[in-house]
Amino acid sequence: MNQASQRRWQRPPFIESSLLRWGLITGGVLFLVVSIGTMEVNWERVAAGLPRAERFLSSFFPPDFTSKSSAIWDGIVESLWMTVVSTVIGILLSIPVGLGAARNLSPRYVYLVSRGILALSRTFPEIIIALFAVKLFGFGPFAGIIALSIGSIGFYGKLLAEDIEDMDPVQAESVKATGASWFQWLNYAVQPQVMPRMIGLAMYRFDINFRESAVLGIVGAGGIGATLLTSFDRYEFSTSAAILLIIIGIVMAVEYSSGYIRKWIQ
Amino acid sequence: MPIQQQGDIKIWQRRSRNRSLMIWSGQFVAVAIFVYCWQLVSENTIWMFVTDAPRQAVDMMERMVPPKWSYMSNLWRPIWDTITIATLGTLMAVVFAFPIAFLAARNTTPSTAFARPIALFIIVASRSINSLLWALMLVTILGPGVFAGVLAIGFRSIGFCAKLLYEAIEEIDEAQVEAVTATGASGAQVLNYGIVPQILPAFAGISVFRWDINIRESAILGLVGAGGIGLQLSSSIDTVTWTQVSLILLVILVTVIASEWVSAKVRHAII
Repeated sequence: MNQASQRRWQRPPFIESSLLRWGLITGGVLFLVVSIGTMEVNWERVAAGLPRAERFLSSFFPPDFTSKSSAIWDGIVESLWMTVVSTVIGILLSIPVGLGAARNLSPRYVYLVSRGILALSRTFPEIIIALFAVKLFGFGPFAGIIALSIGSIGFYGKLLAEDIEDMDPVQAESVKATGASWFQWLNYAVQPQVMPRMIGLAMYRFDINFRESAVLGIVGAGGIGATLLTSFDRYEFSTSAAILLIIIGIVMAVEYSSGYIRKWIQ
Repeated sequence: MPIQQQGDIKIWQRRSRNRSLMIWSGQFVAVAIFVYCWQLVSENTIWMFVTDAPRQAVDMMERMVPPKWSYMSNLWRPIWDTITIATLGTLMAVVFAFPIAFLAARNTTPSTAFARPIALFIIVASRSINSLLWALMLVTILGPGVFAGVLAIGFRSIGFCAKLLYEAIEEIDEAQVEAVTATGASGAQVLNYGIVPQILPAFAGISVFRWDINIRESAILGLVGAGGIGLQLSSSIDTVTWTQVSLILLVILVTVIASEWVSAKVRHAII
């Protein structure tokens, strides 16, 4: 009785097997020690950078929208139309691939080929694709559009395929029972079921493409990134601050309006 | 049900007239915007390069094989750096995202007027700026190297982790929180015993998911000088040694697939 009252409750551990738990903990600590040990930090350089960091932060108050306003405006507009074109092209191309990659819609070999295309276009980040696109198509926004479109195919096609695989087969079957052709079946049975979510995802992809288009300029593929890179290289931090604030603003605007549009559609 | 009347015959229609008109005009505006944007693209493109691209692509492919395997000995260190950047960056992000998520969640924030908007702004700002841009800024400030990469990945991931985490916090079961409160627990104790155990699986899942994304992102940070394998990639492309480029791409491919496998395994074990 006395012993029982001295027992204390302990919360159950997150990982039940104690061997695995301690193994993970020691492995993690070991990795941390080694990786921090191999990370060569040049503290003198960091210390030298601190005044610059201070200058950078203070340049946000106030940001300089005016002195480079035409360059900023051109860059932002270029980013925006790159985003529009690449989102549209990417989604149009991803529809056949996505249909092919849905297991309940396509024969096995089409399924495998489409899944392969999706996996390939998802593996490499847009910026690496842009590096090669710049080599092939020359500097400029066209290379950026190619890179963003390829990225969009992987993203949108995969989600479309998964959405089609999750659809309600009863509706699809009842449309088929009316004697509908394959395209009619697609149009009246499959499309209405996946449409609301896919429109939301299209807005989301637009958002991603805009954010990505802001960095493609670093490798010469057009957009606001080039203006931003120049402003960093010239240490014109208040212009950089202005560009960053505009990017944040547009991303926020797209995010809010996409939420609004999704509500309106459903 | 929308119906079109033709004499005595009723014909079924999918949508009413007004709704079709609205959808049609929406589509018209969308097509007009696209055509206008495409015109801008066309003006800014030298089509001669584009038509020449297939030949260039074949040429590039031919010069890429076979990969220069002997270059592998120069790549082990960058691979290690890439993994270090991703892991330490994720760790940093998780440490900061945890308190921010509690400030941002509607049911745990200390004040909706003050703390919540600030936390939400931190989340949006961190999410809207790509990790390459963070790296660009940090490299100008701190100088090139792995350290700038870790911070860049960390800053970029704070928003992502905090957003997913605060959504998880808002979805917790209030009954458990109430039960812990009823025992007379203090605020910190309620947090520790009522809320944290509920979000721990989501938290672990989010961290591993972000780590997987970060492996991909840290592979490219080298393009702006923030360490990792991207440095070798951009210098190989600049010196037009395509056999090295193909080897690096293969290495990135393998690393990404491996990290995806690890992350899927771990998330499967948790959920």
